[in-house]
Amino acid sequence: MEKKIQGKVFIMGDDVNTDVIIPAKYLIYTDPEELAKYAFSVMGPEYAERLKQFDIIVAGENFGCGSAREQGATAIKGLKKKAVIAKSFARIFYRNAINSALPIVECPEAVDVLKEGDQISIDFSLSKIQTPWGEFSFSPIPESVFKILEAGGLVEYLKASLRK
Amino acid sequence: MGMTLAEKILANKSGKSKVTSGEIVDAYPDAVMSHYASYRSVNVLKKIGVDKLYDPDRIVIIIDHRVPARTVENANQEKIARDFVKEKNLKNFYDVHKGIAHLVMMENGHVLPGDLVLGTDSHSTIYGCMGALGCGIGFTECASIWIIGKLWMKVPESYKIVLYGTFPKGVYAKDLILDFIGKVTANGCTYKSVEFHGDLIPRLTMSERMTLTCMSMEMGVKSAFIPPDEVTLSYLKGRTDRKINLIQPDEDAVYAKEFVVDVEKLEPVVAVPHNVDQVKKVSEVAGRPFHQAFVGSCANANLDDLRVVADILKGRKVHPDVRFIIAPSSQEVFLEATRAGIIQSLIGANVLVTNPGCSACGDDGGALADGEICLASSTRNFLGRMSNRKSEVYLGSPATVAASAIRGVMTDPREFVG
Repeated sequence: MEKKIQGKVFIMGDDVNTDVIIPAKYLIYTDPEELAKYAFSVMGPEYAERLKQFDIIVAGENFGCGSAREQGATAIKGLKKKAVIAKSFARIFYRNAINSALPIVECPEAVDVLKEGDQISIDFSLSKIQTPWGEFSFSPIPESVFKILEAGGLVEYLKASLRK
Repeated sequence: MGMTLAEKILANKSGKSKVTSGEIVDAYPDAVMSHYASYRSVNVLKKIGVDKLYDPDRIVIIIDHRVPARTVENANQEKIARDFVKEKNLKNFYDVHKGIAHLVMMENGHVLPGDLVLGTDSHSTIYGCMGALGCGIGFTECASIWIIGKLWMKVPESYKIVLYGTFPKGVYAKDLILDFIGKVTANGCTYKSVEFHGDLIPRLTMSERMTLTCMSMEMGVKSAFIPPDEVTLSYLKGRTDRKINLIQPDEDAVYAKEFVVDVEKLEPVVAVPHNVDQVKKVSEVAGRPFHQAFVGSCANANLDDLRVVADILKGRKVHPDVRFIIAPSSQEVFLEATRAGIIQSLIGANVLVTNPGCSACGDDGGALADGEICLASSTRNFLGRMSNRKSEVYLGSPATVAASAIRGVMTDPREFVG
């Protein structure tokens, strides 16, 4: 896992739900690239097209609320988004993101100030976000959970630990 | 200091005498359920390259969500699950005729008070109606539990929701929980465990309890509980050989917040598009035309829900401008409703009664046309939920749905009830 992530941000609001991220009819797919074709499609073709130009999703409260569908996280990976920063995450999405090796950060202070197109960098070693508006700290994911993200997701983590 | 239900169960399942909120534990679930997603978990198992299962008896596989198979793809995906069940000799397998996974779990004794039960579905919080800790996981995590038997879980803080009084006529459990979600918002209980207490509880049927704990997911809970009692025991009669322990929270358990709801003050409500916490009184939307009525889902498609609908439809027909789809929650419910003459009554009133399953809630039938509106007793009304991003979904109680299906416009059920 990249300990330092950089990119331009795309702003979303509160309660971005899993039906919006990837509608039920596309759950027959698990391949991230395939899912990416349909991610956020309910928002209309222009929205999904614009999202492509940005690297990091920045969102409000309760990101990923709704279904337990794991493809909510893998679709965002398929879109080549490097991370999601939100004020708060819905709990199943949080787990699915960790398990899918999608880096997630909870940092309400950064979300409050960031604007579309801002160039930022996230440092997971220092638990800090550098933005044009200043530096923000975030609470690191607990070590026992972070290990899964670091290993490249749950499948990789399990393969490695079962080899021992 | 005493423990809440979530704390007690997570302590039990991680081999600890005590846990506190915020602590991360390794918990061993009593059962892990995967539904339609099972084939995905089987594929993950192949990717990890492990054959040996931790405990086959804790695995439950139930084919729901797309029943019967709509496409060759669906059928091939089901086959992966069936082949796996045969290969591993799994005894807890339920095929396409059984109904919605959560109902099948509870009807067949896989959920007991004090159990930890995980499912590849967010509405696994429903198991709290039995006093079990139920929550949703993704399919990769499900495969992980199949192999190693455990998962990390953070002990949640608990909220207490005290319910006083009796339901006024025309007001039901669905109105109670929608009203509450509207007040606390979709993020109001994120990562919390909620416990429902108060003098309403002993009067709640198991079905009404299911509505509360299922829909609690829509305010972000990790788990939602109705402490088990005589009603729980009565439901479980004949469904299990296991010893039942009516686990209760300690008297001195600590709750981060306490809410009080005077149920007598409630009115019928709906959740308007496109979020479950956008709640309005039915009286505020009354008169709005709509095109599809749906009674179904793990939240509200049990015998009592079907009976309420049949009673309201008695001697009447569905409005010609509305399609009314009803999907009973399970084979058991479907059979009971058939024996009680309810299904006959519904069909005679021009309702389209389908096989038990998730139906329109899971985008399995009942797609909406551009610009159409559905009023449903199901769990979510997110944008595009019923297949079309150019459509809208409202949520309400089965009584509200039935009353509206007769008039062809959104209607307060109190016009027909009491």
